[in-house]
Amino acid sequence: MVEFNLPLNSRVGQGQTFKAPAGAKRVRDFKIYRWSPDDGKNPRTDTYQIDLDACGPMVLDALIKIKNEIDPTLTFRRSCREGICGSCAMNIDGSNTLACLKPIEDVKGDVKISPLPHMPVVKDLIPDLSQAYAQYRSVKPWMQADTPAPPDGERLQSKEERAKLDGMWECILCFCCSTSCPSYWWNGDRYLGPAVLLAAYRWIADSRDEETGQRLDELEDPFKLYRCHTIMNCTNTCPKGLNPAKAIGTIKQLIVERQG
Amino acid sequence: MSGTPHIDMLRSPLGRARGLGSARAGSHHWWAQRLTAVALVPLTLWFIFSVIHLSGASHDRVIDWMSSPWTLAPMLALIVATFHHLQLGLQVVIEDYVHEERLKVPSIMLVKGLSVILALVCIVSVLKIGL
Repeated sequence: MVEFNLPLNSRVGQGQTFKAPAGAKRVRDFKIYRWSPDDGKNPRTDTYQIDLDACGPMVLDALIKIKNEIDPTLTFRRSCREGICGSCAMNIDGSNTLACLKPIEDVKGDVKISPLPHMPVVKDLIPDLSQAYAQYRSVKPWMQADTPAPPDGERLQSKEERAKLDGMWECILCFCCSTSCPSYWWNGDRYLGPAVLLAAYRWIADSRDEETGQRLDELEDPFKLYRCHTIMNCTNTCPKGLNPAKAIGTIKQLIVERQG
Repeated sequence: MSGTPHIDMLRSPLGRARGLGSARAGSHHWWAQRLTAVALVPLTLWFIFSVIHLSGASHDRVIDWMSSPWTLAPMLALIVATFHHLQLGLQVVIEDYVHEERLKVPSIMLVKGLSVILALVCIVSVLKIGL
């Protein structure tokens, strides 16, 4: 059965508070989920008081400031700091987004930060995404064609055919969408989730790919595809403004379309 | 198969993701749910409108109304669509939330069985009045 309470060893307790330096004028509290696999303790929420006058504008700036100046043990992923690598995906102020694209000013009151929901936690804000990556691999996200590419150039497609891939190639696989989806929370072991289904549709919609039918066969499954109940959290939360729900709807349509 | 990460721990993530493979089914279930949903919009509106229209009518008039093929047919369609939609929807809810196979299969059987019985009771009742 689905469990509605966290197991005892996952209940989040109250942690330390790191005070703002004296004289700070614009202070905001950052309440951050902390858990370490090494100390055998329950997770806790640490509070860091940050002087916004001495901090960059984005949530990621605050996290980096905390790690550099206040508490080097705070652990999180980050790389490009401009929304193209997907590393700093986390839950900020109740919704999944990229810390580097989320202005602190957009959050009213305390800034609450926790890892992407319902994934195993490696440490602090770092979720274990191996299962999601494996699901991505399982839909064969690469071109499959029996016809060899022309010897003198690339496979061609018209501008219209290429335009069909817009809104899909932009996905950076941050998994904000999948981890915002209740269906993925309850059945993530079998349901592929919006990120992976968007990627699957990206290849179904590609005019150069020749395995469309095979791809639809692989997706037609009560759990892999049809656990999507059009809740739309995926589309609401996507930090890149993409629409995985629409892609999933189109996959369902195509499967019905080929039957009659 | 599912819901046993503590047993599957040494299995590769890809092996777990592929699991038992695609059932190559599910579209029929999904389509039937959409179809019955669409059918239920006019049928339910018609039913509510008719009941309001018949409020205060005499027993004979209601029997008369029910005996018309133009009443009986949509009434039977309404019953079939309602209970078909009901069991399809409840099956999905159970599959979503009940992960224990030993509990899931009997629950789905119970829901489907009850839906069929209730639908038959409604159909027989309507026919007894209408025929």
